[in-house]
Amino acid sequence: MIGGKRTITNPSYRRRTGYHGMLVGATALIASALLVLGNISTRDAIAMRHAEDIQRMLAEVIPKALHENDLLQDKFELDGRQIFQARLNDEVSAVSYQVAGPGYSGLITIIMAVDKNGTLLGVRVVSHSETPGLGDKVEEDRSDWVHEFEGMQLTKANEKQWAVKKDGGKIDQFTGATITPRAVVKAIKGGMEFFAQHKQRLLTYEPGPESGISEVKKNG
Amino acid sequence: MADIKFSTIMRDGMWNNNVVFAQMLALCPLLAVTSTATNGLGMGLASMAVMVSASIVVSMFRDFITKEVRLPVFVLLIATIVTLVDMFMNAWMHQLHKVLGLFIPLIVTNCAILGRVESFASHQPLSRAVADGFFMGLGFTFALVTVGATREILGSGTLFANAPLLLGDHFSFMELTLIPGYDGFLLMILPPGAFIALGFLLAGKRLIDARRSRDEEDTAPADVVPAEGH
Repeated sequence: MIGGKRTITNPSYRRRTGYHGMLVGATALIASALLVLGNISTRDAIAMRHAEDIQRMLAEVIPKALHENDLLQDKFELDGRQIFQARLNDEVSAVSYQVAGPGYSGLITIIMAVDKNGTLLGVRVVSHSETPGLGDKVEEDRSDWVHEFEGMQLTKANEKQWAVKKDGGKIDQFTGATITPRAVVKAIKGGMEFFAQHKQRLLTYEPGPESGISEVKKNG
Repeated sequence: MADIKFSTIMRDGMWNNNVVFAQMLALCPLLAVTSTATNGLGMGLASMAVMVSASIVVSMFRDFITKEVRLPVFVLLIATIVTLVDMFMNAWMHQLHKVLGLFIPLIVTNCAILGRVESFASHQPLSRAVADGFFMGLGFTFALVTVGATREILGSGTLFANAPLLLGDHFSFMELTLIPGYDGFLLMILPPGAFIALGFLLAGKRLIDARRSRDEEDTAPADVVPAEGH
């Protein structure tokens, strides 16, 4: 019926295996070509959207009063993490970086900012694939939950608080979803430990070769 | 084959041969995303776009596609369309993509699209195929919103929560809290709730159909088209 009924003749070459192979091959070729074209034409726009997203997220976790530099410009790598430094009067006032941890379904990526005293300024979930309607309450758009972390510090004494209430901590879990908040808390706690470990490096400003040429001149 | 009337296509898509309520297809995305009406709406609209595009492509090339290899060809085409939709939305409708992004890859697994392309678009002229894709998609959206609304009302006492995230701020009036101070009925939001809600809705549809055909028995034979099994 398909491909045959409307034409008067159903040519015999259509019944050959070669035609079928060619047909699938040609479709695959066209499909790949379309995907390549689609990728090329959207790649830059998507990269730009992601940069905008990061910028917006950074702006949300680091108060504007804490920095006078372009956060996207002043970044460096440390232990495989990208670190964004906020500076005020040539002094690092806060740092921001991403942490990630396995959630209920897939990796949850979180951006967090810590000020120079080790106080958590803010947290936002960048990407996740948690259950819509349950685990997605970690998004700031959907619930105020992520604000619970603001102002927290990690010390030896309060280490136990860094858990959901079900586990004896002070962070709320969601109805029906414990794994997601638990994963977020764990990832953020890991981020705080990362700060404590690398405090020295995180809070020194070393202009890299590609960031702010004028800054390099000033310091050199 | 005589051309099918548009009114028949519409009635089939919306009710008689509804993707979910009659064909029992696409239950996987249905059960997965309908924890709220808004999610259902988003998934429905995205699926509708893919259904229409897939119907157009397959109907246009139906003369070249042979029976033996139609399935791999259809799957390739649908997967390509879904991926393209995903990329374009990510690039140019970024806000919407953030909300729907979770669901879009799920559309590939939607057997209803393959089912319609296979049983309708592959041997119908373009105009009919487009109409079928549209109304099947609309019917699917209707089913998703119905199941989503049922679960949301019973599960958390709200309706169309977070709708502005999907449709923009103009639609914030859609967000309703129907039962203020409601503690929530967790079971309905969890996957079992989807099965329970779907079961009752299916039974409801059967009841309505049975009553309608009983009413029509005296005048005309029931025009209910049996669901095509896949």
